[in-house]
Amino acid sequence: MIEAILIGAVGGGTSMVFAAVGETVTERSGVINLGVEGSMLCGALAAYAVGIETGSPWIGVVAGLLAGLALSLLHAFMVLTRKANQIATGLAITFLGLGATALFGQSYVSQGVVPLPDYAVPGLADIPFVGPIFFDHDPLTYLSFAVAPAAWWFLFRTGTGLRIRAAGERPDVLSTMGTSPDRVRWIAVAIGGGLAGVGGAQLATAFARTWSEDMVAGRGFIAVALVIFAGWNPMVAVAGAYLFSGAVVFQLELQARGSGISIFVLDAIPYLVVLIVLAALSGRRRHAAPESLDKVFDAGGVPA
Amino acid sequence: MTPALKRLLATLFALALVAAACGSDAATDTAADDAAADDASADDAASDDAAGDDASGDDASADGGAACGTGATKVGFLYVGPKDDFGYNQAAYEAAVAMGEATGVEVIHAENVPETVEDAVPVMEDMIAQGATILFPTSFGHFLPAAEVAANNPGVCVVHQGQLESSLESGALDNLGTYFASVFEPVYLAGISAGAVTETNTLGYVYAFPIPQTLQNINAFALGAQSVNPDAKVIAISTADWCDPAKQAQAAQTLLDQGADVLTQHQDCTKTIIETAEAAGAYSVGYHYDASELAPNGWLTGSDWAWTELYTDIVETMIAGEFVDSPYNGDYRIGYQDADAPFVAFVPSEFGSAVDADTQALVADALAKMTADEDGDGIGDFNIFAGPLADRDGTVQIAEGVSPTYVELDQLMGFGSWFVAGVEGSLE
Repeated sequence: MIEAILIGAVGGGTSMVFAAVGETVTERSGVINLGVEGSMLCGALAAYAVGIETGSPWIGVVAGLLAGLALSLLHAFMVLTRKANQIATGLAITFLGLGATALFGQSYVSQGVVPLPDYAVPGLADIPFVGPIFFDHDPLTYLSFAVAPAAWWFLFRTGTGLRIRAAGERPDVLSTMGTSPDRVRWIAVAIGGGLAGVGGAQLATAFARTWSEDMVAGRGFIAVALVIFAGWNPMVAVAGAYLFSGAVVFQLELQARGSGISIFVLDAIPYLVVLIVLAALSGRRRHAAPESLDKVFDAGGVPA
Repeated sequence: MTPALKRLLATLFALALVAAACGSDAATDTAADDAAADDASADDAASDDAAGDDASGDDASADGGAACGTGATKVGFLYVGPKDDFGYNQAAYEAAVAMGEATGVEVIHAENVPETVEDAVPVMEDMIAQGATILFPTSFGHFLPAAEVAANNPGVCVVHQGQLESSLESGALDNLGTYFASVFEPVYLAGISAGAVTETNTLGYVYAFPIPQTLQNINAFALGAQSVNPDAKVIAISTADWCDPAKQAQAAQTLLDQGADVLTQHQDCTKTIIETAEAAGAYSVGYHYDASELAPNGWLTGSDWAWTELYTDIVETMIAGEFVDSPYNGDYRIGYQDADAPFVAFVPSEFGSAVDADTQALVADALAKMTADEDGDGIGDFNIFAGPLADRDGTVQIAEGVSPTYVELDQLMGFGSWFVAGVEGSLE
């Protein structure tokens, strides 16, 4: 049962790993993007549709990345250029993504696609316990193993990463140094949107292998919650994504074993787990929040 | 009345109150132009009904000269999902198109209509404004919106797919009806195939919510399998969603991990589960729609909707002005046991190569028993839920000698009520 939960945690959590790591980068720059759900939907549909039209799932994945990125740029424009409220904008972006993908996705519902196939890594996949959990998945899942360390290295070991964090913590300092915080934030929002798009692509073309309306089903919002749960650390966000997805499989396993617990209670378990962990950690980790996350810095008052 | 049913009825009643409180403004707003005259007649009809049920046909003619839908030229269909979902909605959509061709009426469609009064009522009022005088809201949860629209538009026939008009707290209407087909009978036949081919004696069932139709299907599937394989058990898992493909993938994998080698489902979108089973080398039993192309190796059989003839007859009955006195103005149910049923709204899918000739003969034999009427009572002789039938805890739920009708079953096997022996998994 533990092995099954962990296999499901990794396979089902991959889409949220991409989205949560991307949102970590975005929020580190001082912007909250609640449009992650919409970016995942756009990524899912674009990957699926382009995969069908071109016959290549990999071109589809690139299309998914671009679609998620494009929607997030709309968020950046509204919030950074037009100075709109970022919470309201993010929600509107998600509903835009939901409506647009429902409309344009109609002719692709349940159509056949060449899926990203599972690929068992030779040798590693045969290791007892560890092999099936980590080394018998689709290629995007393997890529997701690298995305959190890469994001960590990017944020904490590169100049651009430093500027992104500076935009999130001390935009006035960054401005004084001659770098526009908003330009840095555009980049961070785009990275977040692109990764959310890849997450959606994994969901549609590798994991569920289908397209249907609203198929992301709240995983984008969970990813945003995971960023907070993770204290804006991309490595911990990965653990959060696996925790949520593992809890889904855990409750399905409980059902299959006839636990006698109401299915409605069981279905709430993954969400309760995230809530409890958030509540337990939020007091301790408040200092980890980028300082300017709750206000969008306006360079107008400061010489840029 | 079981406690679960009481709770369901209480919930429905509460929802009806909310619907009445919230929905009436919107409905009168949108339908203001053409319903002004109808409102008065609706009140008339209501008071007539309250006074007594004398000659309901006369009521209709007294109101506006004709019963609802008479001479209709436009029919509106509502679907909860997309019209091409390889499932429930696609089957209804295709039958609606075929009905339009058969009857010559214009058919208008609305996809992805949520199951709430705020969403579904305006869609139906808009169809009425476009000239539709017959409406088919086709999803289980479209019922309360449908009842509200029917009450506000006496000249419009509203027939709902799936629920029972008799469950309506506000009482029956002359222009409202419900219909459904005995989905569980072909599911029982598919269970025979599944029970015959399984090597692990474990069958997996992915479902959304424990509504009556779903419980009837799961129980019928188990009884069908056990009729040829007494050791067969069914593991039922809920995704708490009609279509969440990623969760379906996880649910299907969980069932495969538990040793299930046949997967079936009661979901609106069916592709992911069938493909997951196929990839794992397991067998698939379809539902709603023939998806055998998705599982060339593991496809056993399934249950497909065949609504066309029923839709056509309902619409023709309404056009002729005969709806009020027809069985469709009430709780209409058809199935294999209706020995005189003019249509079968459900047909078994083609068999896959894994189902051998002996098993196909067993299925044909069971079907023949359902439809045969040797005692001449107009009801097929084989009722799969005939008593005595106990739940999995051993409590007799359907007493000896009781052969529940299709309508009675919705009460005997109500929301979240019970599984037969051999069904594992959580419930309610």
